Amino acid sequence: MSRYLLDKFLYTIDRDPELVERYRDDPAGTVDWWERERANVLLNCHVGENSTWLKFDDAERAALVAHDYVKLYEMGAHPFLTLTLFIAMYERDFAEPLGFQLEYAQKLSAWREKPYPDITT
Amino acid sequence: MATIAAVIASTHHPFYYKASTSTGADRPPFADEWVRKVEAFRDTLTRANPDVLVLVGSDHFHQLWLDNMPQFLVGNAPHYDANWYNEEREFGLPRFFMNGQQELSWHILRGGIDRGFDLAFSNELRLDHSVTCPIITLRPQNDLPVVPIYTNIFAPPLPQPKRFVELGRMIRELVESWPSDLRVAIIGTGHLSLELGGPRQFGPHGPDPEFDAKAVEWIATSDIERAIAEVSLDSLWMPGNATHGFMDFMLMMGVAGEGVKADYVDTYDLFHTMEAYFTWYLEATA
Repeated sequence: MSRYLLDKFLYTIDRDPELVERYRDDPAGTVDWWERERANVLLNCHVGENSTWLKFDDAERAALVAHDYVKLYEMGAHPFLTLTLFIAMYERDFAEPLGFQLEYAQKLSAWREKPYPDITT
Repeated sequence: MATIAAVIASTHHPFYYKASTSTGADRPPFADEWVRKVEAFRDTLTRANPDVLVLVGSDHFHQLWLDNMPQFLVGNAPHYDANWYNEEREFGLPRFFMNGQQELSWHILRGGIDRGFDLAFSNELRLDHSVTCPIITLRPQNDLPVVPIYTNIFAPPLPQPKRFVELGRMIRELVESWPSDLRVAIIGTGHLSLELGGPRQFGPHGPDPEFDAKAVEWIATSDIERAIAEVSLDSLWMPGNATHGFMDFMLMMGVAGEGVKADYVDTYDLFHTMEAYFTWYLEATA
């Protein structure tokens, strides 16, 4: 399991307007492309310096492909990164202000009385 | 030597800009009172007549990232661009350009390292809303040079709360030992109880009003001893998963000094989080 790589995915998608739309429209294709082409890119470095060891496990890949932010929360993806990216993708679909944010909280309600998942990387 | 014109601690609510500039049906019902409170808070800085702003905040995974994460970082640049695409997208924040006060940056870096605080630095730093929100609320004309200081309240392992207090004390000593005639305001922003990306987010109040009431009392009286006794890295999860930002308030208590009561205190109970505003004038108490 690699919480770091989950966070790296969320971070690198969220900061790029084109990738936010691509991940919204084609999650499976974007996750597949990102894991092949971007997961091992050392940020700010030439691709000749890529890392060699980073990959998702099956559950992580499935959660990202499903846009399953509850599962990402349970896995310990950084909640700020997850929230920010999913607001960018889904807030537009809700008529009421904070409609998506409140649904997000509701979907996590089973965690309300439980300790937070470990987010250390 | 430089004079500390004011010490200011504040929450940083990124929705203030949008709320305060919206009109007609888009204007939320809480906006007018919020603007009134912020403008009163702004007066406390204006009255202090500052020449330079030291701005303490925390990068929200914008430029500082997990492959290379500093605990405490001082901006050391002649200029700073500010606000990021995802802050424009989510909060409608405008982009800024700010001038740096690089002599003071260097003085804090050199002096801090020599006193045992191994501060990281950045010669090219794009600032985010943790330090631009107080520009919007307190100095919207954005006319003063700044020294930004970032703390890690986001990515474990975090520094201990007492370390934030110690950094605050040291920042004060270093500003007071800066050979300059300028008046420096030290402004830091943090959080009270706050939940982001968790089940308690975006409620009608902050997630833990009881913590907020205690925290406001600690800050208003700069009761460092009590705050240190009651707050730990583990306990800060209880009021909400983003409450570690309270440690930036503890840093500002370190700047103000143990037991020094704030000259100005105000709060505003909003959806999502409580707003809290504090100003100390150290000249009057020195």
